[in-house]
Amino acid sequence: MKAKVHVTLKAGVLDPQGKAIGNALAALGFKGVGDVRQGKFIELEIDETDPDAARAQIEKMCVQLLANTVIENYDIELDR
Amino acid sequence: MKSAVIVFPGSNCDRDIAVALERASGVAPEMIWHRETTLPLLDLIVLPGGFAYGDYLRGGAIAARSPIMRAVAERANQGVPLLGICNGFQVLTESSLLPGVLMRNAGLKYICRDIHVRVASTESVFTQGYAQDQLLRIPIAHNEGNYRAQESMLDRLEGEGLVAFRYAACDGSADGNPNGSARDIAGIFNHSRTVLGLMPHPERAVDPAHGGTDGVAMFEGLVAALAR
Repeated sequence: MKAKVHVTLKAGVLDPQGKAIGNALAALGFKGVGDVRQGKFIELEIDETDPDAARAQIEKMCVQLLANTVIENYDIELDR
Repeated sequence: MKSAVIVFPGSNCDRDIAVALERASGVAPEMIWHRETTLPLLDLIVLPGGFAYGDYLRGGAIAARSPIMRAVAERANQGVPLLGICNGFQVLTESSLLPGVLMRNAGLKYICRDIHVRVASTESVFTQGYAQDQLLRIPIAHNEGNYRAQESMLDRLEGEGLVAFRYAACDGSADGNPNGSARDIAGIFNHSRTVLGLMPHPERAVDPAHGGTDGVAMFEGLVAALAR
């Protein structure tokens, strides 16, 4: 099974990279761009075929390694 | 004083700290590869600066989950002094041995230059060689040194005297924060002050040829406290 994990900064955590991207977009002439936040996208192949078990396993991976839960949220998406 | 330096793939200040420790103590530290799972009897463990595992995922993230870190955490929990410098500080926060996180510098630039810090607490084996509020000139070299924690945690660190070093300007005023760190924090202790993480590199300020010797008192203080 394929899984997609999005890791994003929690609301309120300063994201200077997102801000720099926003400034660069404005410099390119793109108007009307509000807040820009940068995150990570991780794609995983796992052997587990049961969706509930897969989600539980990836949840553990997120807490233990993929995200730093002090500052980051994670979102798991399973591809069946 | 018997010490060990943990070496990760990508560590690059491991030899610098080894030289600083050997000069102060007269004994070369053991260099321990990250794949090891046990540690000898030690008085001090050091996580050196560098770019362990290329800073993949997050600075210190992969190193914090490497085999040796289980043994390191076990010793630290028993009270063996543990020092993390720069990338080593990042490994400590990623291991939850110290609270908070080190984020990208506020100015988005890698900074490599001498800065000034004030000694915020001398009540530890690491800082007892300094005077309270002593101003030190020490190099920094980092891209992710912007210390962040929840306001309640910052209050706790300050309230319990667990801030070890604070950035300061060369004239001693508060306006010397190079990376945006909350409350000018450059280094913190754990609750028992036996774990210290700091972004500046004291091991790069131990010889006049380095341009300064303000790091010496840390290592001589450690030897004075830990020599058997």
